[in-house]
Amino acid sequence: MNTVDPAGRPLIALDGVHKRYNVGQPNEAEVLHGVSLTLAAGEFAALIGPSGSGKSTLLNIIGLLEPMSGGSYRIHGEEVGGLDDAGLTLRRRSALGFVFQFHHLLPAFSALENVTLPALMREGHVSRAQRDHAREVLAAMGLGAALHKRPGELSGGMQQRVAIARALVTKPPLVLADEPTGNLDRHSSDDVFALMRKMHAEMGTSFLIVTHDPRLAERCDRIIELVDGCIERDGVRSP
Amino acid sequence: MDLDRYDRIVGLRGKVVEGGARLDPGEGILGRDLAADLGVRVGDRVSVVVTSSSGNVGDSLRVTALVDLGVRELNRRTVIVPLRAAQSLVGLPGGATHLELTLADVWSASSLAAELAQRDPYRVESWQQLNAQLVSALNAQSVSTALIRGVVMIVVVLGIARVLVVSEVQKRREIGILRAMGTTRGQIQRVFLLQGAIVGAAGSVLGVLLAVALIGAFTRFVRGSDGLPLFSIGLAPNLALRIAVLATFAGVLAAVAPARRAASLDPAQAIRL
Repeated sequence: MNTVDPAGRPLIALDGVHKRYNVGQPNEAEVLHGVSLTLAAGEFAALIGPSGSGKSTLLNIIGLLEPMSGGSYRIHGEEVGGLDDAGLTLRRRSALGFVFQFHHLLPAFSALENVTLPALMREGHVSRAQRDHAREVLAAMGLGAALHKRPGELSGGMQQRVAIARALVTKPPLVLADEPTGNLDRHSSDDVFALMRKMHAEMGTSFLIVTHDPRLAERCDRIIELVDGCIERDGVRSP
Repeated sequence: MDLDRYDRIVGLRGKVVEGGARLDPGEGILGRDLAADLGVRVGDRVSVVVTSSSGNVGDSLRVTALVDLGVRELNRRTVIVPLRAAQSLVGLPGGATHLELTLADVWSASSLAAELAQRDPYRVESWQQLNAQLVSALNAQSVSTALIRGVVMIVVVLGIARVLVVSEVQKRREIGILRAMGTTRGQIQRVFLLQGAIVGAAGSVLGVLLAVALIGAFTRFVRGSDGLPLFSIGLAPNLALRIAVLATFAGVLAAVAPARRAASLDPAQAIRL
């Protein structure tokens, strides 16, 4: 397994990460107990575990959506734990893509507009090249004929494919997917998963996928199992 | 009166609606409505009789012009004659009953009137004293207009703010997604401020159009017994523009609080909602 980039740094490295909620209150609870984890460029990993084990919290911390309560988190060797909101926003733009269980597409925008949204947010406008690239990514997702359709006109599987295209359009080194197939039937689920594998192979993007589906987890290259806020198992899939 | 001097005071020549303002001996100018009541036209002759305790004094005048003084009652009872003819009619040779002054600063009339009253043995009255009831009514109207404008502005701001607060609550998940994709707090704020400005600007355009329509309807259907519009109302383009700018500013002002709330949302929590 390739765990470091040419400069010798992992893509992400968490060391002794803790997460506590309601600190100082009677209902204070710690959901992550010193999680240490590295992910290399080009990995395709599954994060599994029972409900309440802290998977989504860990994914939010890796996605810079939630602050950690303790520990260290580095992206490309840079400590990001102490960054302010502007710094976190910039790192999210440059390093991360997100796919959620519910596609969370903007309903008033077409598929193409949803996919060009990150470029719009980043630069204030969408260039012709960016629009063409978004078309290409959508076409690669099999959505070439649905560019101008709104989310409400697409099936669940197609909506999730648009969401994956949106996550990939900025070519982030890492895509974080929280139950990306959790809301789909088996056929659509297989389609979406196959597409993520295809984009991983073609673009070299790393994927960290939270899933409850052992069938899909078994098809990832690496499986990380979180139980009660601790990593119980972390290993490469058996051939 | 002395036409040239009076014209400098009240701009009489600008009020002529028929004929030419001229006051040679034996000539006179009539108010428009008085002429209509009498069936007199420019060029006709009229007899003027002044009744006093010493008897009746009359004169014959040829009408040179009709004037519209802007107030119907004045138009119904105004006859303007040369100063000498007036002195003869009222039995005041070489004298005058009134001297009128015009000032560059109309609001200095009261103080000047007081100053002149101390200096000269005449009764000196400012236009505010002559029209005390009107001035009082206008002041009250100004105050009530300002109050109404203030209340309307508050209602507008609260109305737009309510719309934006609802929008902020409904769009929390989208805001969270945008934040996850790298949208800055500033960008989120600007989206809401822009939305407030658009709501304010669109509202002002609709409001101005509605005002134009209502003014048109009012002037068309609300008329006096003579068939003329009761009031002359207009909406100056400058005023409409100022209203639009003010409403847009009110929209932005109303959006400040919702924009700050939206920008401060925790993305992870917003996405989970």
